[in-house]
Amino acid sequence: MVEKKEKLVFNKGAVIHEPGSTKKYKTGDWRTFKPSIDHSKCIKCGKCWANCPDAAIYKDKDGNFQINYDYCKGCLICEKECPVKWITHKVEEK
Amino acid sequence: MSKKVVMSGSEAIAEAVKLCRPKVLPMYPITPSTLVPERLSDFVFNGEMDAEMIHVESEHSAASALFGAYATGVRAFTASASNGIALMHEILPIISSARFPAVMSVANRTISGPINIWNDHSDAMSERDQGWVQFYCESSQEAFDTIIMAYKLAEKENVSLPVMVCIDGFALSHVYEPVQIEDQNKVDAFLPAYKPKVFLDPKEPKSFGPIASPNSFFEFHEQEQIAMEEALKEIPKVNAEFKSKFGRGHGNGLIELIEMKDAKYAIIANGTSVGTARVVVEQLRKKGKKVGLIKLKTFRPFPAEEIKKACKGLKALGIIDRHVSLGSEGAITLDVKSALKDEKAKVEGFISGLGGRDIDTKRLEKVFETLEKGGKGFWLK
Repeated sequence: MVEKKEKLVFNKGAVIHEPGSTKKYKTGDWRTFKPSIDHSKCIKCGKCWANCPDAAIYKDKDGNFQINYDYCKGCLICEKECPVKWITHKVEEK
Repeated sequence: MSKKVVMSGSEAIAEAVKLCRPKVLPMYPITPSTLVPERLSDFVFNGEMDAEMIHVESEHSAASALFGAYATGVRAFTASASNGIALMHEILPIISSARFPAVMSVANRTISGPINIWNDHSDAMSERDQGWVQFYCESSQEAFDTIIMAYKLAEKENVSLPVMVCIDGFALSHVYEPVQIEDQNKVDAFLPAYKPKVFLDPKEPKSFGPIASPNSFFEFHEQEQIAMEEALKEIPKVNAEFKSKFGRGHGNGLIELIEMKDAKYAIIANGTSVGTARVVVEQLRKKGKKVGLIKLKTFRPFPAEEIKKACKGLKALGIIDRHVSLGSEGAITLDVKSALKDEKAKVEGFISGLGGRDIDTKRLEKVFETLEKGGKGFWLK
């Protein structure tokens, strides 16, 4: 699988010659709902990070939890689990 | 040394496989294919073959191990029949889409049910769309020769497709006749060691059998179709090269024409019924009838142009199909009708020999009678 922007290469037998190509496959565009974290109110409990089924939430160098939209599928488990309800969502605009 | 030995079609296949030097043999026995793994097992046990025989737990595993063996870059072989082929169904297109030049022998047996162990072509014909080249053999000698030609064809860079070598269950798999067993050196010269460019190698990691999304699956499938078209061009070349080295060819590799030059009525047959049809054509010719026979050796890729050329002067053509696509017609009939859609010859399908029913001279004479009278095709019970 290759990133959409790259030119597709159709190797004989669909063999992938370069290892680690899965990393190039971004799955975030499957998303219908786009969650976002209000960092001014976030208590940094890490429940969103712990419950994300796709490991698409990470802690940045300042200790804030961020969403990696390259892989977030918009399941909204983070929003459901947030104890202070400061994760909200919008319908994804494409 | 080259020698002539009386043996069954299955044993002829095992002898040919031995000479092709495969390294991995994933095998699961099933009637009437069992004699093939049995003989290969003997060869490995006796040290006559330097190969790993894998006693797999099913045909699904046999086909999967065949894929695995080819991913490591070695020549391999398996054999099966009937419901064993049906169990392999899921893996067959995985092997062809990976473009592995695998070779498998099929001792054609009907797909149950009702449960039946006898010959018809429903097992292989049911797999006609899965990207495997299909050869059908008339004699044990042809089975022997075709295995060697199959590896040669499959391993051509522009083909790279797996091949099924089909022999009629019992009617050929268990019939004993003299077979010329060729010398190892001669086979080695015709079929050099298999050295693929792409295979699993820890020093150069690769992925085999990946997912292909809607943005690429179409193109990969198209590549297989192009490879099939290449196979159509390469088969006559392989047949000619085999003929020059071993002194035997089988038609032009795709089809063989018997008494077709001035024929008005002809039949198309494949497998062992060709032998019976030869006799019928010879007898009818003696009576002054302008009849002919087209032997269909290669079914996939389908030699549509060759058949079209051969049928130019015909009034009517009957197809002996040992298979029926229930709810439609025989597989060969459908392809021939499509190939001859702009031609004058009337094409009639005759469903024959299902579940081991004989296709004898009387039945084939009836086909010619029907064609001459301008009659319709029917089930040749």
